[in-house]
Amino acid sequence: MMVNLKINNIDVTVPENTTILDAAKAYNISIPTLCYYPDLRINSDCRICSVEIVGKKGLSTSCSTIVQEGMQVKTHTPRVINARKTITELLLANHDADCTACAKNMNCELQKLANVLGIDENRFERVLEVRPIDDHNPSLLRNPNRCIKCGRCIDVCRNIQGVNVLEPLNRGHEIIISPPFGKYLTDEFCTFCGQCSSVCPVGAIIEKDETAAVWNVLHDPQKHVIVQVAPAIRVSLGEELGQKAGTIVTGKLVSALKLLGFTKVFDTDFTADLTIIEEGNELIKRITTGGVLPMITSCCPGWINFAETYYPEILDHLSSCKSPQQMFGALAKTYYAQKENIDPATIFVVSIMPCTAKKYEAKRPEMGSTENNLDVDVVLTTREIGKMLRQMGVEFENLPETEFDEPFGKTTGAAAIFGTTGGVMEAALRTVYEIVNKKPLESLDFMEVRGMEGIKEASVNLGGKIVKVAVAHTLANAKKIAEQIKNNESPYAFIEVMCCPGGCIGGGGQSYGTTSKTRKDRLASLYTVDAAMPLRKSHENPDINKLYADFLGSPLAKLSHELLHTKYKAKHRHQ
Amino acid sequence: MIEKKIISKRFDKIDPYSIADYIATGGYKSLAKAMAGQRINILSEVEKSRLRGRGGAGFPVAIKMMALAKEAALVKYIVCNADEGEPGNFKDRAIMEKDPHSILEGMIITAYATRATKGYIYIRCEYDKPIEIMRHAVEEARKNHFLGQKIDKIDFDFDIEIRLGAGSYVCGEEFALLESIEGKTGRTRVKPPFPTSVGLFGKPTEINNVETFANIPVIIGMGGDEFAKIGTKSSTGTKLLSLSGNVNNKGVYEIPFGVPIKTVIDELGGGVPDSRALKMVQLGGACGPIIPRYLLDMIIDFDRFDEFESKTGSGAIIVMDDRCDIFDILLRNVTFFKHESCGKCAPCREGHNQLERLLRKFVDRKATITDLISIESLARVMHQTSLCGLGQTSPTSIISTLRYFRDDYIDRLESLEV
Repeated sequence: MMVNLKINNIDVTVPENTTILDAAKAYNISIPTLCYYPDLRINSDCRICSVEIVGKKGLSTSCSTIVQEGMQVKTHTPRVINARKTITELLLANHDADCTACAKNMNCELQKLANVLGIDENRFERVLEVRPIDDHNPSLLRNPNRCIKCGRCIDVCRNIQGVNVLEPLNRGHEIIISPPFGKYLTDEFCTFCGQCSSVCPVGAIIEKDETAAVWNVLHDPQKHVIVQVAPAIRVSLGEELGQKAGTIVTGKLVSALKLLGFTKVFDTDFTADLTIIEEGNELIKRITTGGVLPMITSCCPGWINFAETYYPEILDHLSSCKSPQQMFGALAKTYYAQKENIDPATIFVVSIMPCTAKKYEAKRPEMGSTENNLDVDVVLTTREIGKMLRQMGVEFENLPETEFDEPFGKTTGAAAIFGTTGGVMEAALRTVYEIVNKKPLESLDFMEVRGMEGIKEASVNLGGKIVKVAVAHTLANAKKIAEQIKNNESPYAFIEVMCCPGGCIGGGGQSYGTTSKTRKDRLASLYTVDAAMPLRKSHENPDINKLYADFLGSPLAKLSHELLHTKYKAKHRHQ
Repeated sequence: MIEKKIISKRFDKIDPYSIADYIATGGYKSLAKAMAGQRINILSEVEKSRLRGRGGAGFPVAIKMMALAKEAALVKYIVCNADEGEPGNFKDRAIMEKDPHSILEGMIITAYATRATKGYIYIRCEYDKPIEIMRHAVEEARKNHFLGQKIDKIDFDFDIEIRLGAGSYVCGEEFALLESIEGKTGRTRVKPPFPTSVGLFGKPTEINNVETFANIPVIIGMGGDEFAKIGTKSSTGTKLLSLSGNVNNKGVYEIPFGVPIKTVIDELGGGVPDSRALKMVQLGGACGPIIPRYLLDMIIDFDRFDEFESKTGSGAIIVMDDRCDIFDILLRNVTFFKHESCGKCAPCREGHNQLERLLRKFVDRKATITDLISIESLARVMHQTSLCGLGQTSPTSIISTLRYFRDDYIDRLESLEV
């Protein structure tokens, strides 16, 4: 059914149940919004998108009002514009609007709104009561003085992730968005997934910025500074630097990091391949020796934090493999240090990750393979490395393509798809199938585990036995999987869990403005990268085989175990 | 006599703790009559009565009732809003204290007509006596099989639970009230969907004011047509008034719609004490308009009150004599609403704080013309854009005084220079 209405006297025809906001957009009118975010619930709290409907007394919010036949909407009358300006001034009067001192400067939706509305002075008195900042964790910084109480962070944490760490405290103008009782994120078992930071319209929740530390070390002659780049970055950094969503920028990104001054630019895809070998062998061992099943992937630090806090009873199900980031760090400070004859204490490992929980993971005390030295020194998000490249004045689009450095440069398509939901599962199946069945796969593409569905299932024949596997993304879906295991009802042998929507391509450290649409574009590009790789199975990576031959010995062997595997600890929640 | 006692006919005549008294004075007869007939007849009597909600907004009750009746859900709720928190209102308290079963009877009839399965009465926690009386009444109704399973031996189960507020004003707003019953913080929801489709615990729900429910047995008793003859064309029946402020006889009075405000103040209220001059009257409560003496010939009628674009119809009349300072009143109102705003939507959350600051400038005679323009603009924006009734109606006293007492604002300006 189509509905006919008039917006600003223009005839508009849109499908029924369309909101006025979307109807206007379809006819090239952008109604300004602030609390609205695609994929999240309509809160209609900011009232910025108010419009006039002829015949209605008050104004109506276009984000929540459904079009009706014959409706006449006016989107920019003086009354509407005055209302938007007034509300924006109200918000600015209770906001730490020291814009140049804010990480979101030029990226702030409130700032953009004020600009679009032409607010050059504020009629209202400043009423900000300065409150303390929460920076008591390695990943995220909450600055309540910048918060405009739009509710996006609450929604994404509660409804997308099912974690529910944030809520509005107090009421009226005294409201603050915070963990319960005004505690810190660390008190309330935040998983540090950072989804809140990726949807925050202002600078109220941001990642802990560590760019300064990296600038310093890049110019320290005593340090050997190397960098690893996560699978998802190659399809998202372009977007951060102004290119189309999903643009594949692998070669340019290596060049850019070299320009910044990193001595070596390595690919986390290499240790993703390594993860598959270790994790694949662990799975086979568990299946053949009656170990704990289902086994669940462990490369996602948000998921690990979630499991340790909310499901300590299922920790035996987690693969003991470290994440590719941490395997890389461990090898960098042992294998690479020996090979290049460098003192591991002088090696400084930077990771470029689409993730804020990786910052937390890198700081886990158990993640040090050499004495008094964490394996990964600094983790930068997509947004932070974007910032550094802008600071450097790198003309990214014009850069030549460069290959990753050896010995962690040669990788496979299987590793590339680690960056998307279903990718680790597919990569693992490509390897486990061939190892167990001792014959090559007919088709490498496991279509059942691809796509954006919350929980996906597939069955594989392993040595004549049909084994069920599942893939879940977002913690709300992970919770369903974990509940099944807790209740002994899980029908699966192997489960992949990624904490963020879409997996790492939708990570909490990705570019601002990430929506389901941009996630789909990035996802499609990762499969393009995979398909174009000469090698698409981790166990066929010759450098991985060389690593085992020269250094590690064999999968799950002593050294592998020491460097590439870890343990999990229940985090006790205060009652 | 300008009073007409229909809802208050039993006030002070029966023992509110005695269901026998209620029954002896014709109580629960309307329920028997309703259940003897078709459900549709109840709906059509209410429709014919043209009863409008008594909480203040005056929404036609039959529309809500029919909407609920049409919902096919197996679980449907009736909620009685007894969170009478609007300053200057105390008429629901009188009904609960003096004729509790009339509310229950209205709820049971409504439940029967709409096939609702459970009722809640949400009473503000400060109302100790009404809570005690209503709890007692519910128990007695249960003992007498007016509540419970197979009421009147027919296949109709309905029970009522009493829930208490925790002191928040905004919980009188229907969605905030539902959230509160659900155990959540009292904050409103986005409409639509309206409660009759997605209400309490996500189920279809009809929410009415105490006085509205008390009208239902009256309508069934006398018939909708007969009821509609009382009052005016747009506002049928009677209205309980909460008369307070500078009047000799403060209290609750019941009048048919159509009586001029002045008559109520002079004849029922006995005029202003100490021979002072009446300066202004606030209608509906703190969220209502403040009007000058020359408008007091206005009759009590929902449509007449509509011009104030506020929820004036709750029946509160607060009389203020010439000693009262407008800005004192306005500041008290705004400080109250600033404290009670839930903080969900931006104009209400941030707006009250600024309104209060602007008003203080008028109180301190430090205001400028820019402040005058700002306060007017801000009050209107809050009225037009706030999410729920609180922020939409709280600026009414400012908007109305800017209209009727503009000179008082001009007098307070520090200078007339722009």
